[in-house]
Amino acid sequence: MSDRDDQPAAEETRRGRRRHRPRGRISVAGVLGELLISAGVLGELLISAGVLVLLFLGWQLWWNDAVMAGSQSSAAAEISRNWIEQDRLARGHTALPTPEPTGFGDPVVAGAPRSTDAFAVLYVPRFGADYHRSIAEGVGLDVLNSPQLGIGHYPGTQMPGEVGNFAVAAHRSANGGGMHLIHELQLGDPIYVQTSDGFYTYRFRDLEYVSPATVEVLDPVPHRPDATAVDRIVTLTSCNPFYSTAERIIAYGVFESWQPTSAGAPAALATIIAAQAQG
Amino acid sequence: MYAALWRILPGPVWIRLLLLLVLLAGLLLILSTWVFPWVDSIVNNQEATVGTP
Repeated sequence: MSDRDDQPAAEETRRGRRRHRPRGRISVAGVLGELLISAGVLGELLISAGVLVLLFLGWQLWWNDAVMAGSQSSAAAEISRNWIEQDRLARGHTALPTPEPTGFGDPVVAGAPRSTDAFAVLYVPRFGADYHRSIAEGVGLDVLNSPQLGIGHYPGTQMPGEVGNFAVAAHRSANGGGMHLIHELQLGDPIYVQTSDGFYTYRFRDLEYVSPATVEVLDPVPHRPDATAVDRIVTLTSCNPFYSTAERIIAYGVFESWQPTSAGAPAALATIIAAQAQG
Repeated sequence: MYAALWRILPGPVWIRLLLLLVLLAGLLLILSTWVFPWVDSIVNNQEATVGTP
């Protein structure tokens, strides 16, 4: 680029023939040559910029997504393991009773957690047999983009097992993509929420596609702000379509049953809970 | 630009190729450790919540 007259002699003889011109005179060939070199450098810069953008997208959508998914998953496993271990210690290491999904009365409802506290773990077998993610209070980027959290609970909406709407949000793609497969949910699919109190089983009912401003999906009775809630539902929100923020995809589930930690996990979670225990 | 880089690198072709690979690996490391997370934090458009369009 900067090969001028002050270059070493060897360089000068090698390339002097092509580039050397007397100072103070402007030749057409010289100007054309300089222009061509500038155009070449500009082209190389533009190609490099394009490659950088592609690299960033690859990093964001695959590499970092996978790294975040792994760390969020590990963090959730640790939380779950601690709750189960604490429960076992509290009961003096007695053997777990046979899991019995009904007959525990109304579900225990915890108080509102502090902001960014991981107070629950979400299991959705449809998202993968080993899918588990922490749910933390708040839907800011400090929760949704966190390597340890990933799923956020809308403050002001109800808690797991509470009459009304337990509403959470997570990314569809990138940053761990907690709701990557939300569109694959099918009627009756179980959605498990684990807290320090126990396991809450919801059943997926339906999907809805709304505009980003549709906060009515968070109402205790979605889209009915004045109605009094009688059902316990869970609402998952994410963005739609993939890699876009044009719409939101909403998944609703209805509460089915509850069981305390001392009764063990629902049978469908036995494998993943056992894997958590091994660390 | 890249021609100049190639000229600056010392040694025979295979050494230059090796050096290029090392430079490339270093660049990727710097990008994925510092640059990309920073860019991600300022161009984040992965909004997943309702009510905050």
